[in-house]
Amino acid sequence: MKFTMSWLRDHLDTTASVDEIAETLTDLGLEVEEVINPLDTLKGFTVGFVKEAEKHPDADRLRVCKVETDAGLQQIICGAPNARAGIRVVVAKPGMYVPGIDTTIQVGKIRGIESHGMMCSEREMELSDEHDGIIELPGEPAIGTEFADWLAEHQPEKVDPVIEIAITPNRQDALGIRGIARDLAARGLGTLKPYAVEPVAGSFESPIKVTIADDLKDKACPHFTGRVIRGVKNGPSPAWLQARLKAIGLRPISALVDITNFFTFDQNRPLHVFDADIVKGDLSVRWVDAPTEYEGLDDKTYTVEPGMMGIYDDAGLESIGGCLGGAHTGCTEDTVNVFLESAYWDPVTIAATGRRLKLNSDAKYRFERGVDPEFTLPGLEAATKMILEICGGEASEIVQDGAPVAYDRAYKLDTDRVASLVGMDIPAETQRKTLEDLGFTLKGDVAHPPSWRSDVKGEADLVEEVARIASLTKLEGRPMPRPQAGVPKPVLTVTQQREQAARRTAAALGYNECVTYSFIDEASARLFGGGEDATRLENPISSEMSHMRPALLPGLLQAAARNQARGFADMALFEIGTAFHGGEPGEQHLLLSGLLVGHTGPRDVHGARRPVDVFDVKADAEAVLAAIGAPAKVQILRGAQGWWHPGRHGKICLGPKKVLGVFGELHPKVLQEMDVKGPAMAFTIWPAEVPVKRSTGATRAALQISDLQAVERDFAFVVDADVEALTLVNAAAGADKALIEDVRVFDEFIGGALGEGKKSLAITVRLQPTDQTLTEKDIEAIGAKIVEKVTKATGGTLRS
Amino acid sequence: MDDLRTKYLEAIAGAGDESALEDLRLQAVGKKGEVSLKMRELGKMTPEERQVMGPKLNALKDEINSALSAKKSALADAALDERLRTEWLDVTLPSRPRRQGTIHPVSQVTEEVTTIFADMGFAVAEGPQVEDDWYNFDALNIPAEHPTRTEMDTFYMHKAEGDDRPPHVLRTHTSPVQIRAMQEQGAPIRVIAPGRVYRADYDQTHTPMFHQIEGLAIDRDISMANLKWCLEEFCRAFFEVDKVELRFRASHFPFTEPSAEVDLRCSWEGGTLKVGEGDDWMEILGSGMVHPHVLRSGGIDPDQWQGFAFGIGIDRLAMLKYGIPDLRAFFDSDLRWLRHYGFASLDVPSLAGGLSR
Repeated sequence: MKFTMSWLRDHLDTTASVDEIAETLTDLGLEVEEVINPLDTLKGFTVGFVKEAEKHPDADRLRVCKVETDAGLQQIICGAPNARAGIRVVVAKPGMYVPGIDTTIQVGKIRGIESHGMMCSEREMELSDEHDGIIELPGEPAIGTEFADWLAEHQPEKVDPVIEIAITPNRQDALGIRGIARDLAARGLGTLKPYAVEPVAGSFESPIKVTIADDLKDKACPHFTGRVIRGVKNGPSPAWLQARLKAIGLRPISALVDITNFFTFDQNRPLHVFDADIVKGDLSVRWVDAPTEYEGLDDKTYTVEPGMMGIYDDAGLESIGGCLGGAHTGCTEDTVNVFLESAYWDPVTIAATGRRLKLNSDAKYRFERGVDPEFTLPGLEAATKMILEICGGEASEIVQDGAPVAYDRAYKLDTDRVASLVGMDIPAETQRKTLEDLGFTLKGDVAHPPSWRSDVKGEADLVEEVARIASLTKLEGRPMPRPQAGVPKPVLTVTQQREQAARRTAAALGYNECVTYSFIDEASARLFGGGEDATRLENPISSEMSHMRPALLPGLLQAAARNQARGFADMALFEIGTAFHGGEPGEQHLLLSGLLVGHTGPRDVHGARRPVDVFDVKADAEAVLAAIGAPAKVQILRGAQGWWHPGRHGKICLGPKKVLGVFGELHPKVLQEMDVKGPAMAFTIWPAEVPVKRSTGATRAALQISDLQAVERDFAFVVDADVEALTLVNAAAGADKALIEDVRVFDEFIGGALGEGKKSLAITVRLQPTDQTLTEKDIEAIGAKIVEKVTKATGGTLRS
Repeated sequence: MDDLRTKYLEAIAGAGDESALEDLRLQAVGKKGEVSLKMRELGKMTPEERQVMGPKLNALKDEINSALSAKKSALADAALDERLRTEWLDVTLPSRPRRQGTIHPVSQVTEEVTTIFADMGFAVAEGPQVEDDWYNFDALNIPAEHPTRTEMDTFYMHKAEGDDRPPHVLRTHTSPVQIRAMQEQGAPIRVIAPGRVYRADYDQTHTPMFHQIEGLAIDRDISMANLKWCLEEFCRAFFEVDKVELRFRASHFPFTEPSAEVDLRCSWEGGTLKVGEGDDWMEILGSGMVHPHVLRSGGIDPDQWQGFAFGIGIDRLAMLKYGIPDLRAFFDSDLRWLRHYGFASLDVPSLAGGLSR
């Protein structure tokens, strides 16, 4: 919402400066977005007098002028056709910035002759588009006078500061300049000027009648007023009106249209004018009954549909009520008889219509936020008066249907509430005065909001108004004690603690944390088991972001592909966040995924570099699981989803259905589809799947250590190549659960002399006696038992 | 005797290696060595002679033994020196590479904020990102067709055919968590709710996904003045300065009343933000007293309870505090960016050790 200072002064008697007003508006909740004060940009331009003007010896169109300025007599070269001796001009001296040409003036030579400044046109100072010549000032203003001061005195409309404010959706009243003035006056920054609407008596019966269909009258269009004004002359509007509209960014069109726009901004009262000679018969307001092609005043064609409100004459649809007038009955320069409309439209219906038609007009914007229902008729009268003044003509009697919607509501003003809710001490009398200044009627301690404040809907709103006008800037902070005195308790839930621990562990393992978008393209989603309709966005911002992600890996793979394109081949990325397994609230789950691509590091002199492999991600997955309290004893099962390499992955499980995580190599096809140069290793952890420890406190179990010497013995077995190491290890460990402390695989050898389909696995078994030192005989006995168990479990043999 | 002494001490001094030393030891003090043989002769001597020669021979034996052991360690030292001389390494070679992981600024800042509010008694609440229309809008006093709904650029979920409910949305703010937390815990309550939020907007300064942290405190007599204090304390702690100045500016949010935008006094000298000084004001968050309608939506009686709520952009806080220029880069996962703006795994924010290093 834009307005000018002079327009504001129509309603507000104030001596406040532009800066004060701007600051106050922001504080009142009418946030100033921009102040354009031409006086600021014109500072330093002064009046000069051209004493001599000779033709430039080397250029026909240039003149060498001697100009009297506040800096003495200066030589200025000028190319304007009207540059001549004896005129008073506006001079920009060297060093000054000229906004219209975006240039700082320098002393320079033009075709060999020095020039010490510039004489300006209106366009060069961004005052208008006028550029036929330099400005010639009438009268005899003193040389050196600030041009801005001269303008302020002689052409104030040209230096009228423009203020643009953002309007929050609740402040319908501030969509009219009068409402803004009312707020400022309530704050004490001036007084609100009286505004009285004098009815204009009609001298004949309106030839056009209006009716509202019954099914609109209760809500959608409760009140419609209008009248014919005949014999108008619709030329350009007067200069003052054009200047105002231009200043706030509107294009003057014709007197009739400009007058309706004036009331839109002055009073938040949109109006419409029909060419009465084109309207056929009477006007009726009713629901659109079938899709209809409609050409609007904005020269666009719309398909108007049922659920929208139309204004019809005998020829058909002439206006989308409250949104946009029709081209067919629009007023032109030739319009002589006009029908002026002032109606009240339901905000909800207007908002829906605007959204469906993708239509945004000043009228729609205002009706959807709400206009003053009591001002429908006064608005019509005020506009009639202005039309008669500007365009002449003769007004008919008023025709109307319906009545203003009831707005009267009342809320108890509890003056203590400001102190208890806001924490400001404002005297009761001040509170009452504030409300009255804003147009509220107080009957005892009951406040009735004015018709232009449909947003006020409760006691809390009264408090808000009082606090807002008193200024929240004055609010002083007041300590809020902790709910319980003393050292605060931890607040994070188990899952939240796990999330933090998992994140920091992954980073400690050398992974860089990413935050990727929660939405992803359908093809990538499908590769990871998603992409179904339930997780599809109805209005995605692009096809790259069409579905909620089913997993974190597709986002990480895309990130890897981007980094590879930037020349980074080796990387370790991870993300912890939600993935979505459905489209209902809550159909989301937390997971952590890590991705290793390329090599373990850059080429190095130590030969440490090698391609990343499955056992890297296995170790990392185990480390993260350990950090969030997963038990050390797990099963490694196969058969995870299809995006894993079928033979090179494992599920970390507590039983076949309790999967804590998966690690492995990603399927080459998936990498190819996602444009990642592999191989790529990954792991995923589901933190919520880790059982919560049934802890009884911080105490650890007592440490059991033996003073007796532990013994290690190595065994190598030849087994079939597909026998899993864990089977062998578990079998060996089972030989004597009390004595065997640890079984570790330390070598794997495949093929060679062992023959096709065979491998050798070497284990070291650590025996920890607890009551007496082991004899060679004891050890041999356990060794034999280990061999027996392993042979039985794996079908292998002890390697000789 | 003196000849013997001179002979062996000189020979020991001149020995070139350990085996030569061993030979000398055998020759002198070995079982059949010269000194040992002489000691055997002691038995044949008179007691008087023995008293003279005994100690002398013993002294000679000791002297030779210590000379042998001194020479032995001298030889070992020389050999070690020689070995070490050959073991020279170019220590300017690069160290064995080790990957350096990082924490994303959004996570770091979320933890910082959580740490501060936890100290003031706020727990962390969570809620779904695909949200019910009622929780995202109606419960928060944003009825259908309210202009706020269209201004929020909401993402809608696809609706199955025959589903008559309003479409689910991607939550446009963390405020619905207020409602869920109130429904679950009742009053009094103090929670913050960090998380992802979504709006269909993508340009220089907007991304379709960003992060917010919601704050909610409800009790019998919590006022807007308490809100201001809370936010002052938060800003002071978060920006790690001695004092901050906040300015409350009247505004409008459907879910609070009165509502205020909160500005922070700052300066932008040389493009660097300094909090607590200067003449600029920077808008950092929106806040207000929870609207009675919202309390009722959360199952709390507005005649008995009151309190405040606020919402802050986490990404924006990170940008301001750590001087990160471009929001879009947060979600691009450019390794150079992650390494430059990321945090070390052990940089865990704490009130005792400070939030940042």
